[in-house]
Amino acid sequence: MAIRVEHEIHTRRKGRNTGVFLLLVGMVGIVFGLTVVKVLGLTDVRQLERFDHVARPQLEPGAMEAAQQRADDAAAQGEASE
Amino acid sequence: MTDVTNQTQMQEAQMGDYFALMKPRVMQLVVFTALVGLLVAPVGVNPFVGFVAVLCIAVGAGASGALNMWWDADIDAIMKRTVNRPIPSGAVQPGEALAIGLTLSVFAVVLLFLATNILAAGLLAFTIFFYAVVYSMWLKRSTPQNIVIGGAAGAFPPMIGWAVATGSISIESILMFALIFMWTPPHFWALALFVKSDYGDAGVPMLTETHGRTVTRNHILAYCLPLVAVALGLGFTSIGGPFYLLVAVVLNVWFLKGCFAIWKRTDVDSDADSHAVERRTFVVSIYYLFGHFGALLIEAILRAYGLTAWAGW
Repeated sequence: MAIRVEHEIHTRRKGRNTGVFLLLVGMVGIVFGLTVVKVLGLTDVRQLERFDHVARPQLEPGAMEAAQQRADDAAAQGEASE
Repeated sequence: MTDVTNQTQMQEAQMGDYFALMKPRVMQLVVFTALVGLLVAPVGVNPFVGFVAVLCIAVGAGASGALNMWWDADIDAIMKRTVNRPIPSGAVQPGEALAIGLTLSVFAVVLLFLATNILAAGLLAFTIFFYAVVYSMWLKRSTPQNIVIGGAAGAFPPMIGWAVATGSISIESILMFALIFMWTPPHFWALALFVKSDYGDAGVPMLTETHGRTVTRNHILAYCLPLVAVALGLGFTSIGGPFYLLVAVVLNVWFLKGCFAIWKRTDVDSDADSHAVERRTFVVSIYYLFGHFGALLIEAILRAYGLTAWAGW
């Protein structure tokens, strides 16, 4: 049996339903607002990319330069041994 | 069928009933003192984060109030002051109050942790635990010092507010805690001296009934003296200043005078003038607490605008 639109429970629980709706909207607003504040508070917004649950060495400060240095050192050693 | 429907309609809990579970009047003090603790801290907080933090502290306090009402439903039904609370009146089922209390506790603590730091969240969790378990379940019905120990739960909010901003505990936040902690006993015992309570019928030991009114008068003065030291001492920390000290001296002289008058009186004197001094001192105690925290807030504003330099502070 389909629930009729004019069922008395709709009027009886109107206050509660409205309250729950407003609380949920408020909750969404709080989480959204906190996200905006936290992201804008980052000194470098690229830091956000580091929180993707996967290690990404290329995002670590100086990682690319260190890798390049190691490659140069290895190349230099190779030339010396020849 | 009509009767059943009418009965259901009468007992249908509305949002107001659920809100009443959270003890909104107690929440006012919690919000105000937490806000002051947050605003007087030397570290600025983003206004939205500050708003969310105070909301979490208020919701956490409300959740512990709901847990308290769930646990105390049996004695609330006996006492006149509490018989109209949502559970004894039948508006809210005990299980609902427990569920609301637990859910909101977890919600408030987790959100405070995500929004601010682990110390503030930990302090809020401890406050809820202290009020709901240590005070409500354990000590309230077993010792006449219940007011003293329960006061600690109400004293944590400014410390949490301070932790939100600074991420630490310091002498300033400890003294703000101590101010509320030491203020609670004389405030409630002054009330107990002129309100005829039915705590005895409910099996809750109150000092006025277990040790008598003379001992209660002694206790009021005994707690008031260290309270004065704490209140004035706060004025010499980094959050105090000339304005706070001026207000604190006036308020402490006023309150100490009232406590001293209560101590000097006998029950015969008190009955003769319908407990006029006790009533007046109780009202002064409310001004006392709000006055101190209001003065701390004004002092912070004056300091921010460099207006305390005239006093060489």
